[in-house]
Amino acid sequence: MSFLEITGLQKSFGANQVVKRFDLSVQKGEFITLLGPSGCGKTTVLRMVAGFETPSAGSIRMDGKEISGLAPNQRNVGMVFQAYALFPNMTVAENIGFGLKIAKKPQPEIDARVKQMLEMIKLPQIADRYPFQLSGGQQQRVALARAIAVRPKILLLDEPLSALDAKIRVSLRDEIRVLQQELGITTLFVTHDQEEALSMSDRIVVMSAGQMEQVGTPFEIYNFPKTRFVSSFVGTLNFLTGAVVDAAAGRFSVDGQEVITSRGLQGASNGETRTLALRPEAVVLGSGGEGRNSLTGRIELVSFLGSIVRIRVRFNENVVSLDTFNNPGAPPPQMGEDVTVSFGRGDLQLLEEAEKVAA
Amino acid sequence: MKKSSVLSWLIILLAISYFIIPLLSTFEFSLRMLRGQYSFEAYRVVFAQAEFQHAFIRSILLALATIVLSIVLVVPAAYLVRLRLPSWRSPVEFVTLLPLVIPAIIIVFGYIRMFNSSSWLPLTDSEWTTDLLLTFGYVVLALPYMYRSVDAGLRAIDVKTLTEAAQSLGASSFTILWQVILPNIRSGVLSGSFIAFAIVIGEFTFASLLNRPVFGTYLQLIGANRAYEPSALAIVAFIITWACMGLLQLVGRSRGARAAR
Amino acid sequence: MLGMAPFVLFALLFLVVPTALLLVGAFFDREGHFTFGNITELFTNPAIVSSFWLSIKISFASALGGAFIGFFVAYAVILGGLPEWMRGAVMTFSGVASNFAGVPLAFAFLATLGRVGLVTVLLRDWLGFNLYSTGFNILSFTGLTLVYLYFQIPLMVLVIAPALDGLKREWREANAVLGGSNFHYWRHIALPILLPSILGATLLLFANAFGAVATAYALTGSSLPIIPIQLFAQIRGDVLSNPNLGYAIAFGMVVITSISSGAYIWLRSYSERWVR
Repeated sequence: MSFLEITGLQKSFGANQVVKRFDLSVQKGEFITLLGPSGCGKTTVLRMVAGFETPSAGSIRMDGKEISGLAPNQRNVGMVFQAYALFPNMTVAENIGFGLKIAKKPQPEIDARVKQMLEMIKLPQIADRYPFQLSGGQQQRVALARAIAVRPKILLLDEPLSALDAKIRVSLRDEIRVLQQELGITTLFVTHDQEEALSMSDRIVVMSAGQMEQVGTPFEIYNFPKTRFVSSFVGTLNFLTGAVVDAAAGRFSVDGQEVITSRGLQGASNGETRTLALRPEAVVLGSGGEGRNSLTGRIELVSFLGSIVRIRVRFNENVVSLDTFNNPGAPPPQMGEDVTVSFGRGDLQLLEEAEKVAA
Repeated sequence: MKKSSVLSWLIILLAISYFIIPLLSTFEFSLRMLRGQYSFEAYRVVFAQAEFQHAFIRSILLALATIVLSIVLVVPAAYLVRLRLPSWRSPVEFVTLLPLVIPAIIIVFGYIRMFNSSSWLPLTDSEWTTDLLLTFGYVVLALPYMYRSVDAGLRAIDVKTLTEAAQSLGASSFTILWQVILPNIRSGVLSGSFIAFAIVIGEFTFASLLNRPVFGTYLQLIGANRAYEPSALAIVAFIITWACMGLLQLVGRSRGARAAR
Repeated sequence: MLGMAPFVLFALLFLVVPTALLLVGAFFDREGHFTFGNITELFTNPAIVSSFWLSIKISFASALGGAFIGFFVAYAVILGGLPEWMRGAVMTFSGVASNFAGVPLAFAFLATLGRVGLVTVLLRDWLGFNLYSTGFNILSFTGLTLVYLYFQIPLMVLVIAPALDGLKREWREANAVLGGSNFHYWRHIALPILLPSILGATLLLFANAFGAVATAYALTGSSLPIIPIQLFAQIRGDVLSNPNLGYAIAFGMVVITSISSGAYIWLRSYSERWVR
């Protein structure tokens, strides 16, 4: 029996169907991320679980109980907002203890729990400070402590890292994940940042335009995307547009050069124009060897990113991006050079639609 | 929060009654001049009075003079503070807030003391110099609003870059202000002007103590002696104030639309 | 820097210096000797003391009334679930009404609640209720306070609206997920946050009413001797036979309005610090 059971969830605002259909079973202690672009409905789903929006249809069961009819203050969920939402008129300690004060816990118990929470977020010295005296990262950790202090059944996070600087974002997301695992608290996390989703989650739900595109572990989502949306939204992709030479044999022509995909070209007819997807990390410089595809083209752009060197190679119409590691002993190749790149036969994936996916 | 809608409606309806009823009463009263019937007789009578026409036209002229003088004083000052003298910002803003803190009656009291017949600048000696003094006083009353509007308008445009571009094309400071800056802060200037207009039209204290006839003093005089005409004039005053504020909203909204482009 | 000369000269000549001269004059007597006598007389002259007191009472009453009612009106249109367009309409009207003070306002209320005012007459004819037999009179303390509310309430609405806008939706939601009810939200979060703004606005209303003279002059004339009326009479005709006493009265008024306005400005910056 799963801990959180969402069935047939729908939400419309007037004529606008923001969430068309959402089903999910979450096990206790799982970290689920709802990933998608702005407007895909992920935040609306979260707010329905929290109780700030009423579903137009569907049910939400938590720990066996139907909660979609309950007011937010009766659901025992913890929520962390994108804009921190710390109460500015209270100190850090008062903020963290607020939920316990509402529940009329005795003051010594509140103090002990607040102290425990401050140590958990590694900020024991700021108990008496006010939110405006804290940095963004500190405020968000306090918001997290405030949400967890009341021992909620489920933790909801609405793009909590979006308002923070890049460096803080990375360190804080690791902290959140570690904390979540230590406490074993079931968590729903909403973000549009695929790197966050991939690095933190047990499972990811990719959403688009109010619908679920795919549910799976980060490994599954990244390596085996089921729809063109998922493959373009999660990770970066190269697109090779060309003509099918022999669908049965997996032969495909790209700008006059031929590649073979071992994954097959099911559903495609010979001569048809289709697009194959290719992950940049599958591509290496050099002509490769037996059983590998190779393409020859001209280097269009070399970007030195520090530890990574990103190289863009152009074959007539198509462009492929690949990353190599920086090597102090060998400077990167020059723009305008002719170069051969290679990748495995299993690295090409046929995209479902005939048109190339918009970049 | 839907449940508090009922309470909100109640509050608003009560508030509307409190604010509308006096206006309706005044209007109704102003129509009662001819016994037994409603008519605009009170309006006709009052508009026909030479004294009224004199006072009203004077008020309008004073308002226009106030507006022009305010613009001439405030726009260059606000421009310079924003462009070259940022450290002057706080003291200047403090000065522009003074008319809101110091009641008008005290300012005019100061005028009478400082510019009376036995002083170094006897502005109260003749009628036209007193009118000048009155205008200066009105500029002071309108100062907070005019400065704030103009400053907001300046903030919305990139003053520094516009000035440098104009200078590189050979424009003098006057040309820059007149042809580059002023047209671009039009809505800010208009906003301030409408408020200034409303303030001057309705003003009483300054004019009364400086003994100059204006709309406000005429209103008070007629209220002491007549029954129906004061109500008619009160309605006229309200319409004028409303018109100014309405135009203000219009200007403010179009500014927002321009900024969005 | 020379370009600032006109503005500086004007501000000095027609704002700062006249006022300063006036205030300084409070400390001198007729012969030009320095003295605190005028200032002390502010506290000893019964007519002046009672005038100040009357002004303080009316300003206080209209400030409290205006703040209380204005807060609820602002709340109703901003947070109270009313249609969006009503907020714009109320704000526009507040802009007009806060300027509609003085003589026209006095006449409007005379036409409403005066002895032959419309409402007085209607109450008598429709409900058999004789307003003036209860002792009510528009030409009184209560009447003037009622009239002052006409521009105090809109001023409150205009001043408190930004503070109400600053109440983030997330605070209400955070309160809810932590188990708090509507009552908890207002008691622990919203009202504490709003308190400096409300207090500041009330002080602004106080200063606003304290300095007003035209409305009272047109309505109650000299029958209600609030301090601006006293000053008005003094400027007109030196009724106190001591011009320096007039300056002292002006000084007292400025002190009171400065403290009130200053406190408003301080409280406003204090509350802005929280809501970044």
